[in-house]
Amino acid sequence: MTADNTIQSTDTKRGEDSQSGYRENWWQYFTFNKDHKVIAIQYLVTSFTFFLIGGLFAMIIRGELVTPPSDLVDRQLYNGLFTMHGTVMIFLWIIPSLVGLSNFLIPLMIGAKDIAFPFLNALAFWMFPPAGILLMASFFLPSGTAQAGWWSYPPLSTQNPSDPVLNGQLFWCLSIVLLGVSSIMGAVNFVTTIVRLRAPGMTFFRMPIFVWSVLSAQLLQLFFLPSLTGGVLLLLCDLSLGTNFFEPFRGGDPVLYQHMFWFYSHPTVYVWALPVFGIIAEILPAFSRNPLFGYKSVAVATIGIAVISATVWAHHMFTSGTPMWMRILFMFTSVLIAVPTGVKEFSWTATVWRGKLHLDTPFLFALGSAAMFLFAGVTGVMLGAMPFDLHVHNTHFVVGHFHYVVYNTITVGIFGAIYFWFPKMSGRMYNEGWGKLHFLLTFIGANLTFFPMMPLGLQGMVRRIASYDPQYQWWNVIASFGGFLLGVSILPFIANIIYSWAFGYKVSDNPWHATGLEWTTTSPPPKENFKEVPTVTLAPYSYGRPQYSTVDSTDEGAVRRHHR
Amino acid sequence: MSNFIPSRELPKQQPQSQTGAQGSDPESNRGFFSDDERGKVLFGMTSFLTSESLVFAAFFVAYSALRFSSTNFLPAGVSLPNFDTSTIIDTVVLLSSSFVIFLAERALARRKLNLFRLLWLTTSAMGAFFLSGEVQDWLKETLKLSTGEIGGPFFIITGFHAMHVTVGILLQTIMLIRSFIPHNYDKGHYGVTCVSLFWHFVDGIWLIVFTLFYLWR
Repeated sequence: MTADNTIQSTDTKRGEDSQSGYRENWWQYFTFNKDHKVIAIQYLVTSFTFFLIGGLFAMIIRGELVTPPSDLVDRQLYNGLFTMHGTVMIFLWIIPSLVGLSNFLIPLMIGAKDIAFPFLNALAFWMFPPAGILLMASFFLPSGTAQAGWWSYPPLSTQNPSDPVLNGQLFWCLSIVLLGVSSIMGAVNFVTTIVRLRAPGMTFFRMPIFVWSVLSAQLLQLFFLPSLTGGVLLLLCDLSLGTNFFEPFRGGDPVLYQHMFWFYSHPTVYVWALPVFGIIAEILPAFSRNPLFGYKSVAVATIGIAVISATVWAHHMFTSGTPMWMRILFMFTSVLIAVPTGVKEFSWTATVWRGKLHLDTPFLFALGSAAMFLFAGVTGVMLGAMPFDLHVHNTHFVVGHFHYVVYNTITVGIFGAIYFWFPKMSGRMYNEGWGKLHFLLTFIGANLTFFPMMPLGLQGMVRRIASYDPQYQWWNVIASFGGFLLGVSILPFIANIIYSWAFGYKVSDNPWHATGLEWTTTSPPPKENFKEVPTVTLAPYSYGRPQYSTVDSTDEGAVRRHHR
Repeated sequence: MSNFIPSRELPKQQPQSQTGAQGSDPESNRGFFSDDERGKVLFGMTSFLTSESLVFAAFFVAYSALRFSSTNFLPAGVSLPNFDTSTIIDTVVLLSSSFVIFLAERALARRKLNLFRLLWLTTSAMGAFFLSGEVQDWLKETLKLSTGEIGGPFFIITGFHAMHVTVGILLQTIMLIRSFIPHNYDKGHYGVTCVSLFWHFVDGIWLIVFTLFYLWR
């Protein structure tokens, strides 16, 4: 801390870094601003707020599960909490925070002035807070929130509500439809930007992997989100207008909803995961001073994952009376997806292999994410195998696997991205010590929370229950302890980011000595990103020999930090 | 790809960024995508329509699946939606409006502004005629939203389509008002092209809706 302070005290002309007036014009974050960099910060801050709310729900759930009987909250509230936890974390944290990162990075990485349709971009953002508030508002309804889980399977979701109009399930549906429309706008924007707005010389096979992965993810949004939006609209009609689409007692077909839901909601897992794979592919080369191993095969694997992910949805429905030929077919495709995913995992390993590793916070998070994804992927293949899945379906094993994906891989990866591009966003450096503390607490907490769910599931503990058999208590206590540790782990992150945004020492434009167009412009980037349209002449990740340091010798602060 | 540096074996003095000499060759920007405003807008519109058509596709699949599998598709004493001459007239009017909007666009491309406005307005009027016919059809209909598995799909899908027709007419009105702004088309008329694309899309969807509810007896 003292080193940081001395550097900061020499920093007398702090007002001058406002080429684009980021820090000084804080109020612009509350306006309908069309600059993609402002919208990115709006997305990140809003989604992080929802992340804290969703995390609070999770800690109440973990608190309930410390003891076998249902004693902390009443069961209705418990059902509402796990429903809202899932919905908030998926639709209000992971998706929008990745949209935020993509918003900031995509135009910079491809050398564009802004996103293709700035007005649409701002409109898409401003649909997101109302949708979130609508979802939260359902806590204040007399009948409480939606309680059917984040899948909202009928007939459970359509039976439960007490009032045909004012019920939590209706609020849930409206919120999801609103977010769906917003996401489609975003997808149109990203796909058009990447396909049409690349700088001269930025051919497809010169795009960084992050751009490839966002392109794949947003194509998935474009083609598959309509299925969820359509399904939820029909659910809404069943709920409030008296139609019978999914009403089994009146001839409807509840399994049809499951198909419509998972037809989007499995590919969506790759909408979250692919950008994070992209983040890992950006961070690992920069801190191991090696080019990304097998760039082209990784790019092709990214598209491959997106394509195969469209054909696996029914593996969520092995126990829904699915015919045997479908089970076999979907088991095959589900396991097949491990191949392109394995390509990525091998590429990361080969990238850091024999590199000169610089263990800065972004690298730790990226490596942690990649390592824990291995575990998530292996349990995923286990679940993809139908004979195994039939036994652990709807148990904590599934919950454990899923959280290894969404927290230990995706959320950890997002933290890594925030640390990595924080200097670019703010023009200032975060505090390394607090960052490492955050990583340590996250890594320990995440594994303590989600690993115990695997043995619990194998022993047969069902998910979404408030009370359980006392024989499961031991693992549950560990998981709850880990859950609270995860809650604590966020605190150094918040402190670090707020403090560094205001008082962190200023850094050069490229503190990591990374390649990539975003590092060639100033930090924070000016209004239209680049003074002149850049002309790209090289493939990405052209890092030199492994012994090159990440330290920018012209950057006093970074040098001191590394030679402390 | 002459400067492609694929392997870590090549020695370099320091890590290079992807950028070469910045802006040294202004000619290289010419003809590149980023200047192509029209191409960008049409690409975006096409992607949006692809996505939107998949919402309809989801509804169509749901309806067809229910029709094949449901035990209560058509309860006793209920018949399929009314199919009479007014439905055929509506359909013909809507589909031929696609041709009128094509003529309108062509008139604009030839800078015949008044002819464009006339044809454009005709398209909106034909859309409005279709809508009023649709509403009359709904009012005459004996089906209810809760009737078996036919009522819900019929009203939801035709209603969702009618909503798109309404949006199309609104967009046309905006474009018509804009056509009175002097020099509005100096930089091209891709706004008009997008609305026209949307209108063709709405008409195409109606063909499928018509087939599913009126021809599939």
